[in-house]
Amino acid sequence: MATTKKKKALPSPEEVRAEIISKYPPKVARKRAKQIVTPGEGQEGCAPEIMANVRTIPGILTMRGCTYAGCKGVILGPTRDIVNITHGPIGCGFYSWLTRRNQTRPASPEHPNYMPYCFSTDMQDEDIIFGGEKKLRAAVQEAFDLFHPQAIAIFSTCPVGLIGDDVHAIAKEMKEKLGINVFAFSCEGYKGVSQSAGHHIANNQIFKHVVGTDDTPPAGKFKITMLGEYNIGGDAFEIERILDKCGITLVATFSGNSTYDQFARAHTADLCTVMCHRSINYVADMLEQKYGIPWIKVNFIGAKATAKSLRRIAQYFGDKALIEKVEAVIAEEMPAVDAVAAEVAPRTTGKTAMLFVGGSRAHHYQDLFSEMGMKTLSAGYEFAHRDDYEGRSVIPTIKVDADSRNIEEIEVVPDEKRFKPRKTEAEIKALMAEGFPYKDYEGMMAQMEKTSLVIDDLNQYEAEKLIEIYKPDVFCAGIKEKFSVQKLGIPMKQLHSYDSGGPYAGFQGAINFYREIDRLVNSKVWGYMQAPWQKNPELSATYVWE
Amino acid sequence: MLLRHTPAEVADRKALTVNPAKTCQPIGAMYAAFGIKGCLPHSHGSQGCCAYHRSALTRHYKEPVSATTSSFTEGSSVFGGQSNLLSAIETIFTVYEPDVIAVHTTCLSETIGDDIPQIADKARKEGKVPDGKYVIHCNTPSYVGSHVTGFSNMVRGMVHYFSEGTGHRNGKINILPGWVEPSDMEELRRLAKMMEVKTILFPDTSGVMNGPLTGEYKMFPDGGATVADIKDAGNSMGTLALGEWASADAARLLDTKCKVPCKVLDLPIGLAATDRFIDALRLVAGTVVPDSIAFERGQLVDLISDYHQWTYGKKVALVGDPDQLISLCEFLVTLDMKPAHVITGTPGKRFEERIKEICPEANVKAGQQADMFLLHQWMLGEPVDLIIGNTYCKYMARDLDIPLVRHGFPILDRPGHQYFPTVGYKGAMRLLESIIGAILDRKDRDDPEETFELVI
Repeated sequence: MATTKKKKALPSPEEVRAEIISKYPPKVARKRAKQIVTPGEGQEGCAPEIMANVRTIPGILTMRGCTYAGCKGVILGPTRDIVNITHGPIGCGFYSWLTRRNQTRPASPEHPNYMPYCFSTDMQDEDIIFGGEKKLRAAVQEAFDLFHPQAIAIFSTCPVGLIGDDVHAIAKEMKEKLGINVFAFSCEGYKGVSQSAGHHIANNQIFKHVVGTDDTPPAGKFKITMLGEYNIGGDAFEIERILDKCGITLVATFSGNSTYDQFARAHTADLCTVMCHRSINYVADMLEQKYGIPWIKVNFIGAKATAKSLRRIAQYFGDKALIEKVEAVIAEEMPAVDAVAAEVAPRTTGKTAMLFVGGSRAHHYQDLFSEMGMKTLSAGYEFAHRDDYEGRSVIPTIKVDADSRNIEEIEVVPDEKRFKPRKTEAEIKALMAEGFPYKDYEGMMAQMEKTSLVIDDLNQYEAEKLIEIYKPDVFCAGIKEKFSVQKLGIPMKQLHSYDSGGPYAGFQGAINFYREIDRLVNSKVWGYMQAPWQKNPELSATYVWE
Repeated sequence: MLLRHTPAEVADRKALTVNPAKTCQPIGAMYAAFGIKGCLPHSHGSQGCCAYHRSALTRHYKEPVSATTSSFTEGSSVFGGQSNLLSAIETIFTVYEPDVIAVHTTCLSETIGDDIPQIADKARKEGKVPDGKYVIHCNTPSYVGSHVTGFSNMVRGMVHYFSEGTGHRNGKINILPGWVEPSDMEELRRLAKMMEVKTILFPDTSGVMNGPLTGEYKMFPDGGATVADIKDAGNSMGTLALGEWASADAARLLDTKCKVPCKVLDLPIGLAATDRFIDALRLVAGTVVPDSIAFERGQLVDLISDYHQWTYGKKVALVGDPDQLISLCEFLVTLDMKPAHVITGTPGKRFEERIKEICPEANVKAGQQADMFLLHQWMLGEPVDLIIGNTYCKYMARDLDIPLVRHGFPILDRPGHQYFPTVGYKGAMRLLESIIGAILDRKDRDDPEETFELVI
């Protein structure tokens, strides 16, 4: 019999919640109690209600960032050929300069790539007092004169909204003057409650100002878009490789490894696939309403999830050759994946993980962990909404609060010229009858164990508590959480930036991830934390110098 | 080419900054606040500011960087952030239990005009600040100055809130280290100790931003200047303020507030600046410099002479913060190297004058549009042998195929700055080792086989 240490019985999720919130002032405790749930609490097989997308309590050490970060950093950050000018004091532009590990691959050395550059109006006190419009106008002109890009985007920071600079009017004026596309984002940091508002503002403007402006159809029989994929650590390259191998044409990615032209032609695709439901599901809806392109949720994180997603795409097109090709690709790719999974399994099986990140990754990465035999004890999103936890069926019941109301919702009607339903209602129904998940997402909780803990907008104190109680083998979050977790001797994997790793998407990505987690959870370093004299402090040595 | 769009020809820009050589005030205030023991920095603004500063400092130090935010929403931006800050103060003292909350403002709360002392006072009256605990603050409007200004403002805030003269001199010398690395702060203390001078050094991030891995997470590490010491700074015999940009304001306030005389020195980076620091410390403390320090100095001079052949005449481009650049340029001149291009985004006319005094032939620019884009253009026009600057320089270094020595903030891709100082004689030796290493690595890479040499 193996000699395993007897583990102390873990407290119930309810007990853990009670312990966590006991430290808080009463008002804070009441609010946090609604943001900590266990899937087992749900009625009749449904996920329980979780409070999400609400304000973070001031003073709480939150993981969240701001609307500007979501707009400029996340959504527009990965697009290489737009000159992105931050209108504001220097900081916002500086911090969003090359820090997200978005990779990009221009077609040639002559093709534009502005991602290594940071553009800012560097507002000074006189601009705050007298208004920054003049400086912004001049900055757009200088950017045009220097770089001659095909598009310039303007991003508003906090003070811009307060002093009332009309960034949209300036964009319009400069668009007419320069003859290139110039558009602006009212993505002041204080809007909304998290980055999520910034994603929405970014996507809305791209939809309004860029999508549908170029009708040139790309070559290819099976044309799709990939929405909500940001090419961290090269994920998009791996997904592109697989799609290409299957003979599927990727018209546009929003926005990993993307270009302006891809956005402009996105409406020529015949299917939209959604990776990160949180950051972009509304764009998928709008593309369907305006152009008639159906969408499905996919997940290319995890080898099995990748295979499933490819099969769904093939099922949609219903082409026998494509279905066979997809099966052939899966059959070709999986042996290498299975071999590495089997290799690491003895060292990873039975280990535990916690994931607190993003609006989709805390869900997606559970697939990869389960492929390694690892169990997710607790998970939660940083900026997701209820539907990302509970599934899309709750959307009609979500109350729109003041913070969401000030984020623009675009009214979309079918485009007179370009609306063309790719499938008839009957065809969609037939597909759904076969199990095709048209416009469906069941959320994170459906996949989680009944006794796990699901926590929205986790903060540093709660993370520490969870680690103290559960002692997971690996904890996943972002850079700000990285070292407070590791000081506790728990390996920490960044799932925003992947530390310096990746890709983790697709088949190759799964292999990379298995090896990375194997390295982390089995690293020798965690055994070095105590010096020999700390392990055996007694002065019982018999060595004598005499 | 990564920076493929940078033209060699310099066109005048008045509005657009490209690839900045500075960031905004609040991050400096946050870093400085970590130099107080038991202090939780608090950002009064939108969540993103705090998230960005924490991320940047974390990437630079690879250490926990815990700071809180007032989490402004649209409502607080319209009605003011008072209720957010009150709520934050209550939550912070209940959940995290720091001794000090050091509040800094942001462009948002500055534009609104929130009055931090008034709000902190209200918090105290409402019983949200436990006895013996403090809420201090400084104003850090992001649209004035740079990250260095923010650092300076927070150090000034420490003096403003804490330092007091009781009339009894404590026999100590205050050292305001400026925005340097935790390793540098530790080195300054070591040098003072070797001279048997009792010092109060603040802020002091050593032991905070370069902590050990032990399996225990201390939200408030053992390092940092204590509140008691910063209070007692008002009783010291004198203050040595290192760096005009980062330390002088606080030192002058100590003088006017507590009648502690001050001397503003350059950062002791390099031979001459360290000489001036040691000499000044000797004079204000009325002590002698021990042989052990003279020995370290002699080792540095020895190293300079050993490798002079490889530093002589080499052209260098530098980008960074004023206090660092002044001393670095002086050091390079000491080595018979030639600073060719010098850029800082931090404004200050005096900076350009100082650099011109040290190296009259250098191109120099400070303030708005003094950015890495301009530096890149200058290097395209007049190539150099070495770049000294932060990690962002690696893009230019790669495109232009010029060796890079990392110095300054932020360094995101190499270790060392946390643990090994560049101030003092030992620090200068480390800096020189890096410079010589970079130059000779390049020589070894590029030399044809017949001149590839074993002994250099």
